[in-house]
Amino acid sequence: MIGDNKTAAPAALQHSWDQDAVLSVEHLTMRFGGLLAVNDLSFNVGRGDITALIGPNGAGKTTVFNCVTGFYKPTEGRIVMRHGDKVSDKLIEDATDSGEQFRVEGSSGVFLLERMQDFQISHRAKVARTFQNIRLFAGMTVLENLLVAQHNPLMLASNYTLGGLIGLPGYRHAREKSIEKSVYWMEQVGLIDRADDPAGDLPYGAQRRLEIARAMCTGPHLLCLDEPAAGLNPRESSELNTLLQFIRKEHGTSILLIEHDMGVVMEISDHIVVLDYGEKISDGDAAFVRNDPRVIAAYLGVEDEEEVEAALEDDANGDAASTGAGLKSNDEAGGAK
Amino acid sequence: MSSTVSQPTDDIHPEGAQLQSEQRLSAPRPPAGGRTISLAALIKDAAIAALIAGVLGFFFLAIRTDIAPGGLEVTTRWSLWFASIAVVFAGRLAISLFFRGGKAEEAAGAALSRIIVPGLGTWLGRLLFAFAVILPFFFMYFFPARDRQFIDIAILIMTYIMLGWGLNIVVGLAGLLDLGYVAFYAVGAYSFALLSTHFEYIGFWIALPLAGLLAALWGVILGFPVLRLRGDYLAIVTLAFGEIVRVVLLNWYDFTGGPDGVSRIPKPTLFGLEFSRGEGSFSDFFGLEYDTTQRFVFLYYIIFVLAILTNLITMRLRKMPIGRAWEALREDEIACRSLGINTVTTKLTAFATGAMFGGFAGSFFATRQGFISPESFTFLESAIILAIVVLGGLGSQIGIVIASVVMIGGIELLRNLDFLQAVFGDGFDPTQYRMLIFGLAMVLIMVWKPRGLVSSREPSAVYKQKKSISADMVAQGEGH
Repeated sequence: MIGDNKTAAPAALQHSWDQDAVLSVEHLTMRFGGLLAVNDLSFNVGRGDITALIGPNGAGKTTVFNCVTGFYKPTEGRIVMRHGDKVSDKLIEDATDSGEQFRVEGSSGVFLLERMQDFQISHRAKVARTFQNIRLFAGMTVLENLLVAQHNPLMLASNYTLGGLIGLPGYRHAREKSIEKSVYWMEQVGLIDRADDPAGDLPYGAQRRLEIARAMCTGPHLLCLDEPAAGLNPRESSELNTLLQFIRKEHGTSILLIEHDMGVVMEISDHIVVLDYGEKISDGDAAFVRNDPRVIAAYLGVEDEEEVEAALEDDANGDAASTGAGLKSNDEAGGAK
Repeated sequence: MSSTVSQPTDDIHPEGAQLQSEQRLSAPRPPAGGRTISLAALIKDAAIAALIAGVLGFFFLAIRTDIAPGGLEVTTRWSLWFASIAVVFAGRLAISLFFRGGKAEEAAGAALSRIIVPGLGTWLGRLLFAFAVILPFFFMYFFPARDRQFIDIAILIMTYIMLGWGLNIVVGLAGLLDLGYVAFYAVGAYSFALLSTHFEYIGFWIALPLAGLLAALWGVILGFPVLRLRGDYLAIVTLAFGEIVRVVLLNWYDFTGGPDGVSRIPKPTLFGLEFSRGEGSFSDFFGLEYDTTQRFVFLYYIIFVLAILTNLITMRLRKMPIGRAWEALREDEIACRSLGINTVTTKLTAFATGAMFGGFAGSFFATRQGFISPESFTFLESAIILAIVVLGGLGSQIGIVIASVVMIGGIELLRNLDFLQAVFGDGFDPTQYRMLIFGLAMVLIMVWKPRGLVSSREPSAVYKQKKSISADMVAQGEGH
């Protein structure tokens, strides 16, 4: 089974995503007036992992996404993005206490996403995203879409337009580079033949791929995909799987995705977080989550409530809120089944 | 592997259907075969109709006999005859193009768009440019009696072209509807007027960049409150801004002279040479005979160079990251933010850049008129500039040129439509109907081309083959 290497190592007290997390969501709460959309949610996204966020409709997945990418300001909680291999907890605490939005020391950087504006999260913290309802620049060509994504490095190279306006060579060089990068991504997503067509003219699946390519053109450390397989046919979703795995392998980009297509989720995810009613009900690898009675109950409903209750009691101290201890015991329970 | 269950193989039905539809979508658009011929056929058809009208009308319209002492007197009315032929030709063509419906219209539309759109940016642009370069001499040579009047109209049209290009950055590229653009025109005009009347050493050439900078500053000042506004609200606030500037100019008597305006604004000089009679003037220096036309020609070339500069900078900006960000902002603001584009500064730079060109045009207006008052900066001016941009096609540079010539030139031309008297009788005064005719023409153009004369968008970067993007793909931005 996928992710066997992880479940087969019972000696590991912690999962790899907890040891080397690129993104940590800590006690995230999001309220819209009286509606509690996300309640005290904590999870980690491992570096280089493909992490899936799943849950029934209205579970709060997109809200979590919007909090991570800065489109919503969370009511409570901390969202930490780490750059570099080893980021000490001290650096994170120092940055948090100092009230700064982010702190970069040498090769490692800490970004407190809940304090940052959406465009800075993309620009500085290197978190890119796609949207559930595709948001391409429909009237611009495929190439232009990818060039817009490289706005910030190009702005810098053009000395904030002034240097580029008078034709300094630095900008010309950067421009050629940016086109090369766009061409590379158009090749990767199979849109090179349609480079000069408006994005709005592309078929649906190609638009989804273009949106991913556009997000990748920002050079992200974490790529957040909101239902990338929605509306794709089976062939297209298997292509998507290949593309995501390619991105993870070749570019070392960690991926966080929301997905309803369990085929995609189970096949490519290293780590799955399950939400229901704004709370985390399960967190583990594919095999663990699939067999978690709470996940089954949330997805399929249960005939007998007590059945679940009994199953939960079997899980010893199955407290969903406390991640550390709960996870470990859950893991054992999952393994036993 | 459990996942194979949920990965169906290729022979499942729905996928086949989707594949087909997808192939249909991804297939290159089939060329509209044989439709170019139909436009030629339509022109031929209209030409035949015109010929028939000409033959039939020759004896009725072109030749008129009156009873005169000693027999009949023959008078010829060639202009009426030619006008009737032209009307029949244009009418026939228009009917077969737009009112037959169905295939004829479709064919003509396809043919027209193919004929007009690809070449328009290149050959028509070059042709217009070449004509604009020689324009004053053209008028001086062919219309020596009325050259000053014509050059003056050309200066007016050129001013509106420049204003249109300036506003196009805000409305056409960034997609922010601005109904108060005339405010920047006013800021530019008053900056120059007040600077030059208060400080003697400030002439046109020093005041020009200052006026542009001040207008840009006011662009940013307008930009801040409207950053979060969309649609109708954006339009209302910009409209209010334009009115506020005008009302302040009107009521701040000590500073602006209120309704009295500012007079005795200096004329521009050519490297210190004045365009006047006497010692040290342009004509004296070059040993020419003094002629007031020289000043008009000079003014024409100033606004021509300013307008071309506006165009060149805009075209260049479009290909730069900031210009692409403006267009992306028009397409989808949220996607822009997800890509790390600071939408606040992007919007402000659009407002500032557009306002700066408005300011340049304003200070030119002040120096050309020699007198300015708040009356010149009413909402109607904003509306005309916006109408030029919309009529020309949002975002299209060449469309704005055509729209300016049609609108400003058209208003002026309608003053001298004496030949219409031949059609409607001597009691007909065309000048009284010119605004009516003008309004009708605008309505007709918008019915014919709802997205403006040149509605397709040229991509700012090309990988292999440049294809223009049809208007229905391109978003219109906020407030449309």
